Amino acid sequence: MDTRDTPEQAELRRSARQLAANLGVRSVGDLDDLDRRARLAAAITDAGWLELRDDSGDGSPLASAVEAAIVADALANAVADAAFLGPLLAKDLARRAGLELPVATTLAFNPRLDGPGTATGSATSATAEAVYAVDARGAAEALVLIDEGKGLHLGSITLGSLAETDRGNDLTRAVLTIPTGTAVRPLAGSGEISSADLVQLQALGLALTCADLVGGMRGVIDVSVEYVKERRQYGVAVGSFQAVQHLLAEAHVLMEGSLSVSLHAAWAVDALEPSAALVAARIAKTYCARAARTINETAVQVHGGIGNTWECIVHVYLRRALLSSLLFGDDAAQLNALADDRLGVH
Amino acid sequence: MDYRDSHEERAFRARFRAWLAENNPGLPASSTDDAYWQRQAEWHTALYRAGFFGLSWPKRYGGHELPTVFDVILDEEVARASAPPRPSLGYLVQGLTRHANDIIKDRFLPGLISGQERWCQGFSEPDAGSDLAALRTTAILDGDEYVIDGHKIWTSYSDVADWCFLLARTDATVAKHKGLTAFAVPMNQAAIEQRPLKMINGITTEFGQVMFDGARVPAANMLGDPGEGWRVAMTIVSHEREPGELGYQARYAKTVKELEKKVAAAPESFRNDVRESVAWAYVQTEMLRLHVCRRLSERLDGVDHGPGGSIDKLLMTWTEQSVGAAAVAVAGSSAITDSENVELKTYLYSRAQSVMGGTSQIQKNIIAGRILGMA
Ligand SMILES: Cc1cc2nc3c(=O)[nH]c(=O)nc-3n(C[C@H](O)[C@H](O)[C@H](O)COP(=O)(O)OP(=O)(O)OC[C@H]3O[C@@H](n4cnc5c(N)ncnc54)[C@H](O)[C@@H]3O)c2cc1C
Repeated sequence: MDTRDTPEQAELRRSARQLAANLGVRSVGDLDDLDRRARLAAAITDAGWLELRDDSGDGSPLASAVEAAIVADALANAVADAAFLGPLLAKDLARRAGLELPVATTLAFNPRLDGPGTATGSATSATAEAVYAVDARGAAEALVLIDEGKGLHLGSITLGSLAETDRGNDLTRAVLTIPTGTAVRPLAGSGEISSADLVQLQALGLALTCADLVGGMRGVIDVSVEYVKERRQYGVAVGSFQAVQHLLAEAHVLMEGSLSVSLHAAWAVDALEPSAALVAARIAKTYCARAARTINETAVQVHGGIGNTWECIVHVYLRRALLSSLLFGDDAAQLNALADDRLGVH
Repeated sequence: MDYRDSHEERAFRARFRAWLAENNPGLPASSTDDAYWQRQAEWHTALYRAGFFGLSWPKRYGGHELPTVFDVILDEEVARASAPPRPSLGYLVQGLTRHANDIIKDRFLPGLISGQERWCQGFSEPDAGSDLAALRTTAILDGDEYVIDGHKIWTSYSDVADWCFLLARTDATVAKHKGLTAFAVPMNQAAIEQRPLKMINGITTEFGQVMFDGARVPAANMLGDPGEGWRVAMTIVSHEREPGELGYQARYAKTVKELEKKVAAAPESFRNDVRESVAWAYVQTEMLRLHVCRRLSERLDGVDHGPGGSIDKLLMTWTEQSVGAAAVAVAGSSAITDSENVELKTYLYSRAQSVMGGTSQIQKNIIAGRILGMA
C-alpha cells in the first residue's frame, strides 16, 4: 500500500492547480469575463483532460479515475466555469458503448440528478423523459440511455436552441432543462450498456463529484481564512476570536477527512470490482457531501453580512457544492443505500 | 497511488490472519469492561512473542523495522477477526526513541515493547490539564537521586504500571515551559500511592490518581536533558494524537460490526434514524481507516506531521463519538433500563475521546494557530 501520488500524478496535480489558478474564478465579477472563460475552456481541451476516459485501444480508458479526480479537484478549487465532468462522463459512457463522440457532448441526468437520463423508443427513434443536461456549457449534444425494452443503448439530444433556456443555479456549470418528449437520436452502432457499466459509471461519477467537492472545500476555506485575517472588529482581526478559529479549524479537519475518502474512492473505480468500487464511492459521497455543506455554511458565517451578498464569492462555491452533492445521489441517498446493504432492507 | 497490498504486505497479512484464527483471546472491549484490562498484558505478550508487535520499531529493542503501513494491515485484520486492538503505547516508544540517551533506550525500550514492564504517563495534574506547563509536581536533586513530590491525575493504567513516564518541575526559577524534566520513575515504592478512579461508565481500570510523597528516582533515569521535559511531552502527545499510532480504529470497527449484527438480525424493529446512525458510524470508521492509510503512506517520505496530529485526533474523536452515538441509538430504552447495557458504556466512554490526549478545543486552537495561521 502506498496512497501517495505517483510522480506523474503529482505533476498533473501541480499543473492542473496552476492552470485553474491562472484562469479560474476569483471574484463574482470574473464570471462575466467571457474572454477568460473561453481561454479556460480552451486550456482544458488543449491539456487533453476531456479525453482522460477515452478508449486507449483495448476498451480500457486512457487514464484512471485518479487522474480525472486530480483535475476535478483542481478545477473546483478555483470554481472553474468551463465544462469538465459532464463531457468526461459522456465520453466514459461512449467508450463503454464502443462509440466515439464527434461533437462536444455532455451527459443528461434524470430529474433527481442521481443517474443518467433515459429515453424510451427503438433503435431508430426515441423521445426523452424529462432530463437535465448537466455541465452543458459549450456542449452541442447530451447523451441519454435509450431503453428499448431489450437492453440499454446510447442516444443523443441536440441542445441547439435549448442553450438559451434556464441554465440553473450553479453559476459555474450550466444545467439545461430538456422537456419530456424531446427527440432523441439513437446513436448508430451503440453497443449495449450493461448493468456493470452503469455501476462503474455511478462509482466514477460519485468519485469525481467527491473530488469536485473536496477542491471546492479547500478553495472556500482558503478564501475564508484570508478574509478573517483581514477583517477587523473591536480593533483586531476577527480571525483572532476563538469562536471563529474553531469553526474554520473544524472545516479544515472535515476537508482532510474528505480528501482521505475521496482519494480512495477514485482509486477504487478502476482497481476494484464494480460493486466494491460503488461501496467506496458511497462512503466517500456520504462523508464529502455532509462535510461540504457544513464547510460552505461556515464560510458564509465567518464572512458576516458580506457573506450573504451576491458580491461575495462564497455562494459560488456553495451553489457548486449543492449541484455536486446531488449528482449521482446525495449523502442521504448514499447513506440509505449503505444501510440497506449492511443492515438488511427495512 | 495504490491501496493494494504489496507482495510482502500480502504475505504478512496472511501470516497474521492465520495466527489470529488460532490465538484470538476474544476479550471484551477495553472501553466497556474491566476484564479486558485484566488480560491485556497476556494479549500484549502473545502478540509480541508471535512477532506481531512493535512492527515499525527498531529490531534492537524488539521491533521489526517494517514500514508503518504494516500497522494498518494489523489493525484491519484485528478488526476483521473482532480481536482486541493492539496495546497502544507507541507514543511512549516515540518519546524515548527521540529524546533518551542510548543507555536509557537499551534499559527501557525492550521491556516496554515486549510488555514485560508496564508503563503509565504522569503528566496531568488537578490544576494542570490543558495548561500542562503549569504543573507543580517537583523533582529536587538529592545526591544522585531526585526526590518527587506532587499529585498526578487521570493517569491511565497507573494501577498496573511498573514505571511512570513522569513530567516534573526541576527548576522553578525559569519560564514555566523551560523548567520541566521527564523521568522514568519506579512505581513500586512506598512513597507512591495509587488511587483508582471510577470512570463515567463504571470501569475502574482506565485511570487513577497518583500521589508522590518523597518518592525517589535515580538521576540516571532522566529521559532527555534537564529542562527538556516540555519538548519530550510534546513529542509524546503529538504521537498520542495519531490514530495510526494508537490503532483505535480496530476497536471502532469491532463495535460497528456488533451494532450492525444486532440491527440486521431484526431490521424491522429499528427506526430509520437508528439505521442511519449505524451506517454513519460505519462511514466514519472507514474514513478513519483510509485517513490512516494516507497518513502512514505520507510517512514513507519521512514527513513528520507535527501539528497535523491534531487533525487526526479530531477525526478519530468524531469517529469514536459517532460510534458511541450509534451504540446508544441501537440500545434504545435498554440503555437506561438494563444496568449491564454495553452500548451505554460504549457511548459514555466515547465522550472521553474529546478530552484525553488534549481536548478537542485545544486541538482546534493548534490547527487555527499553527496550520491556518490565525493566531
Ligand atoms: C480517559 C482519559 C485518560 C487520560 N489519560 C491520561 C494519562 O494517561 N496521562 C495524563 O497525564 N493525562 C491523561 N488524561 C488527562 C487529559 O490529558 C486531560 O484531561 C486533558 O488534557 C484536559 O485537562 P483537564 O481535564 O484539566 O481539563 P481543563 O483543561 O480544565 O479543561 C476544561 C474545559 O475547558 C476547555 N479549555 C481549557 N483551556 C482552553 C483553551 N485554551 N481554549 C479553549 N478551551 C479550553 C477544555 O477544552 C475543556 O472543555 C486522560 C484523560 C482522560 C479523560
